[in-house]
Amino acid sequence: MKSLDDLKKIRATAQNRMTMRLDEDHQYRVVVGMATCGIAAGARPVLNTLVEEVAKQKLPVSVLQTGCIGMCTLEPIVEVFDKENNKTTYVLVDAKKAKDIVERHLKHNEVIEEYTVGQYKN
Amino acid sequence: MERIQVLVCAGTGCTIGNSGELVTAFENEIKALGLENEVSVLRTGCLGLCGVGPNVSIYPDNIIYKSVKVEDVKEIVMEHFYKGRPVERLMLNESDKETKEIHDISHTKFYEKQKRIALHNCGVIDPENIEEYIATDGYFALAKALTEMTPEEVVAEVKKSGLRGRGGGGFPTGLKWEMCAREEEKEKYVICNADEGDPGAFMDRSVLEGNPHSVLEAMEIAGYAIGASYGYIYIRAEYPIAVERLKHAIAQAKEMGLLGKNILGTGFNFDLEIRLGAGAFVCGEETALIQSIEGERGMPKPKPPYPAHKGVWGKPTIINNVETYANIAQIIMNGADWFRSIGTESSPGTKVFALGGKITNTGLVEVPMGTTLREIIYEIGGGCPNRKKFKAVQTGGPSGGCLTEEQLDTPIGFDELVKLGSMMGSGGMIVLDEDNCMVDVARFYMDFIVDESCGKCSPCRIGTKRMLELLETICNGEGTMETLDELETLAHTIKDTALCGLGQSAPNPVLSTLSQFRDEYIAHIVDKKCPAGVCKALLSYEIDPDKCRKCGLCARQCPANAIDGVLGKVPYSIDQSKCIKCGNCMSACHFNVISRK
Repeated sequence: MKSLDDLKKIRATAQNRMTMRLDEDHQYRVVVGMATCGIAAGARPVLNTLVEEVAKQKLPVSVLQTGCIGMCTLEPIVEVFDKENNKTTYVLVDAKKAKDIVERHLKHNEVIEEYTVGQYKN
Repeated sequence: MERIQVLVCAGTGCTIGNSGELVTAFENEIKALGLENEVSVLRTGCLGLCGVGPNVSIYPDNIIYKSVKVEDVKEIVMEHFYKGRPVERLMLNESDKETKEIHDISHTKFYEKQKRIALHNCGVIDPENIEEYIATDGYFALAKALTEMTPEEVVAEVKKSGLRGRGGGGFPTGLKWEMCAREEEKEKYVICNADEGDPGAFMDRSVLEGNPHSVLEAMEIAGYAIGASYGYIYIRAEYPIAVERLKHAIAQAKEMGLLGKNILGTGFNFDLEIRLGAGAFVCGEETALIQSIEGERGMPKPKPPYPAHKGVWGKPTIINNVETYANIAQIIMNGADWFRSIGTESSPGTKVFALGGKITNTGLVEVPMGTTLREIIYEIGGGCPNRKKFKAVQTGGPSGGCLTEEQLDTPIGFDELVKLGSMMGSGGMIVLDEDNCMVDVARFYMDFIVDESCGKCSPCRIGTKRMLELLETICNGEGTMETLDELETLAHTIKDTALCGLGQSAPNPVLSTLSQFRDEYIAHIVDKKCPAGVCKALLSYEIDPDKCRKCGLCARQCPANAIDGVLGKVPYSIDQSKCIKCGNCMSACHFNVISRK
């Protein structure tokens, strides 16, 4: 390493691998139902797509998984929580819809009405 | 794509709890479920909750699992990583009783009042990976000092921050640096004192194990500030993991060009080496430490000359403790005003304490100065276990003293603790409950000092030995009131005449227990009783012959064959001349008819 710029480059690369530990200021929290019902309905590719897209675009979002949400017929279910803990529930999600959620909701803050089961606001 | 990171604590405490095997177990289970591309396993440093280790933290969920055993790994991987259901029975996080919502780890009682500066990366980064340190702005303080600040500005910033030595004395760090920077000698040295010797204190070890680069970076900054290009880290050989991590860190920093010649292209050179200490308590004293680095026997020298003028190899030297260095990079990065905004006017910043003894949450906590002892012991530490009554807290190790219930509301600071007859010391905090005998505690510390006295000056070599003998007389029930006077006279004489800090502070535990718990000493002398039931010579176990059920259980448990009786016919009784006062009979008796007096 020869200069401060080199150090900055190393920091940028290393931070990419540590985002889930360092980012405390998340815009959204995305939760994917990963119980037996969810996995059987195809939640795994949905989760992977979400994780990949969020990482690729470096969005301030944490992607988590949870157990059975309770509406097994509507799985895969993806819940998006904003900073005030308002929840949007997307149902029957597949990889393509997951991409849309990232693009429109997580990136451009637009709730995709046609994918939701209903909207709850406090 | 990686979506979960598993951080297994690899500090000394959790390593003893077999955390090494946990890493392998996690890797195997993850592979078995085909999750190796989604979940990664890393080793990290101390999270502070050593009492319930091994601890494993899971990101991005920010959940900590405690007391994890190899048998639990399968369940965690299957339930949490595969099915998304965190394993509640192992969770440290508290969850809401009604909604079942899991609270963030920073909102648990243990962490809520803590502020981690010295320990900030411990438990979050992989200490063996320099890139993770750099990702958390590591070495940027050094870069800032080298490129934007003059050495004088660095010294001024540290001085302005009000940082005081965390090793025990509380001497202003900036002042030390200034004194050394003013010396005109070309050859100067930077030393890190990692000879942590207070019984029960292990914060320096945890910093070195969990965040070794923070110490290297700070030593380089110190070198730049005072005009030194070489440093020594004096660390005890009893810390093998810390030594390994340091060696690893030094090698990585050199490879990256962050240590050695022409650092970051600025023309600044700095190199350092590790010196292993053999574990003598006195080598934590700076002049003795310097002697030991030079290859001499570790014995203190009279001061002045202070190391800042004449230190290692007779050259100007600064010596700071590990925890002190761990604050430096952040002071440079965030500024002196930020640091001053934490803690109290006379003691800015935070302090790490090692909680031990009769306390529920044994471990390492870092709190802003000014936090009260009550908050640390009851809120963070969880109070005394088993519903026992709190009696005292011992701070400052063998150089400190005991504080009682009435003094718990004192805000913590260097000067405040000295005023109460104790001291900050390196931050050991040993909680004592009603089962601890204060005379015995004083005897324990005096025994430690007698062992560790280097023998150079007679007040310490002979005086502490005599004090120990007097304390033993009292514990054996052979003391008189004159013994107490003699003890006090000796204590004050040693305080006034010993050569170094070790000897001068050695009588503190005795003086402090004498002033706070004089009645316990008197009980030993006048009533020939040990109120806490610790001093064996003053104890007797007795069986109430009227209530004895003649079952013989006690006699079977007695290792000294001191209990006689006939099964079902003659009540059992203890032969006091044979009794070794182990207490086995009392715990064996189902009917509570044996009493300790």
